[in-house]
Amino acid sequence: MKSRIFGTETEYGIVVRDDGSSDPVNNSILVIGSCPVLPATHILWDYENENPLNDARGFEIEGEKERPGPEYNRLLNKLMFNGGRLYVDGAHPEFSTPECLTPREVVAYEKAGERIMELCRETSNRIHRRDNGTLLYKNNTDGKGNSYGYHENYLVERSVPFDRLLTELVPFLATRQIFTGAGKARSENHTDAVDYQISQRADFFEVLVDLNTMVKRPIMNTRDEPHADSSKYRRLHVIVGDSNMSEISTYLKVGTMLLVLAAVEEGELSGISFENPVRAIKEVSRDLTLKKKYRLADGRELTAIDIQRVYLEKAKKVFKHEKEGYSKELLARWESVLNQLEEEPALLSKELDWLIKKELMESYMAKKKCGWDDPRISMMDLQYHDISHEKGLYYAMERDGFVTRLITDEEITRAMDYPPEGTRAYFRGMCLRKFPKEVYAASWTSVLFDTGNAVIKRIPLMDPFKGNKALVEKIFNSSFSVRELLEKLAS
Amino acid sequence: MAKQEKRQDKKKEVEKKEETSAPAANISKKGEKIKEDLDKLMDKIDDVLEENAEEFVKNYVQKGGE
Repeated sequence: MKSRIFGTETEYGIVVRDDGSSDPVNNSILVIGSCPVLPATHILWDYENENPLNDARGFEIEGEKERPGPEYNRLLNKLMFNGGRLYVDGAHPEFSTPECLTPREVVAYEKAGERIMELCRETSNRIHRRDNGTLLYKNNTDGKGNSYGYHENYLVERSVPFDRLLTELVPFLATRQIFTGAGKARSENHTDAVDYQISQRADFFEVLVDLNTMVKRPIMNTRDEPHADSSKYRRLHVIVGDSNMSEISTYLKVGTMLLVLAAVEEGELSGISFENPVRAIKEVSRDLTLKKKYRLADGRELTAIDIQRVYLEKAKKVFKHEKEGYSKELLARWESVLNQLEEEPALLSKELDWLIKKELMESYMAKKKCGWDDPRISMMDLQYHDISHEKGLYYAMERDGFVTRLITDEEITRAMDYPPEGTRAYFRGMCLRKFPKEVYAASWTSVLFDTGNAVIKRIPLMDPFKGNKALVEKIFNSSFSVRELLEKLAS
Repeated sequence: MAKQEKRQDKKKEVEKKEETSAPAANISKKGEKIKEDLDKLMDKIDDVLEENAEEFVKNYVQKGGE
């Protein structure tokens, strides 16, 4: 399997109890500003190479680029030891994982981001004397028609036409929720009423393709900002997924996407096209039996599981000779999950978020003799995603053995402190660990040093595969000052 | 050598089959135990669930993000 760089961004819902003003921007700034595990507090985010207005369909949208002044820049952005970014986006605290190479890695860094967020929350409550006043939710909706995102980013070769990605990926994305959905009680955004549905986000997708992420959300987003050489790569910005608490759901969400992207690149195409994908994504979310058939453009009728199996078979064909790497384990789990979903979805009530949450709510309703309309069920729907281990209901289920895990706490702790070793995140993370005082600014594509000289020295990181451990570990080990590091990098 | 390995594989297969064909009573016992444990957890949920659930949920309003 060709190496691919990818990562995720998670926006968190935020509440400050007994807060008269309830300004979410200010509250988010206070939370990330309390982060107790920062390399340094003076470091800026380097906006130089940012351009979120490039459209994958080949044009640039007019609009103002984000360029906050230094003081506000520092309030909004925190660079982390692990090479990730903690920041405030709109009215939410957010964490972007560093650039990863394996799905297991991304699970560890996403959970690491969650733990860092939790440390911020606890510290913020202590500093600002708010007892347990600040609460953070790793979910995607307030249940009143306002959604906040979870985005996946995959580096894709520019030579793959966007139209091919669009055609191939839409049916895959509309049906993968059967294992990636985080579950939701009831419906919103003027969609059909329901007691419980598979996905948090499905109600919000109104068009097929667009650059927008906040209104009229598209199943395929066209933001084309590769944070790399744009003549070689495009960025596939997937905004249609749910934030997951379950490690296995995250693993499958990102992992199956990697397999499907490889199949598309190899020309192993599914040939599937929905008659109406925007309607299908909501219908799939509402069919808890997974038996419903959807009409395709060519007249065939297939279930969501059938459609996933078509993609699975294409991926199997592409990876049949692969012995190393993560594809074997992933293909096996993908297939076994589809088999179990076909036999009886409840078989996965320890593995997948929408089924863990369903089991939790149904057990509660049985015990308390209440129904879906009980406000306590809506509360559970939200509190399942509370990232506090004392209050979060996902963590209550995990603690009592009702959740199967994928990774260990040790992997998560390590991912909080150290960058992935296979990408440029290693270079960024090591600069922040070894020379935090001299790092003036950094971004996905740069590290800037201030060594007290007349000019700030900028190290470009345009190739996300370079700057990995194999290439630069020796240089870091033998450099005892930034000057030495810069000399060795130049020679 | 190869034969021996094969024989071992067969043995494993038999063991596997035995595992999966464990008496149904055992499985339902296991199921009951899970139900019991879940039932216990439900009592604990009330201790951590936000008080005034209705009010809390009503006041939980976020700005759309992304």
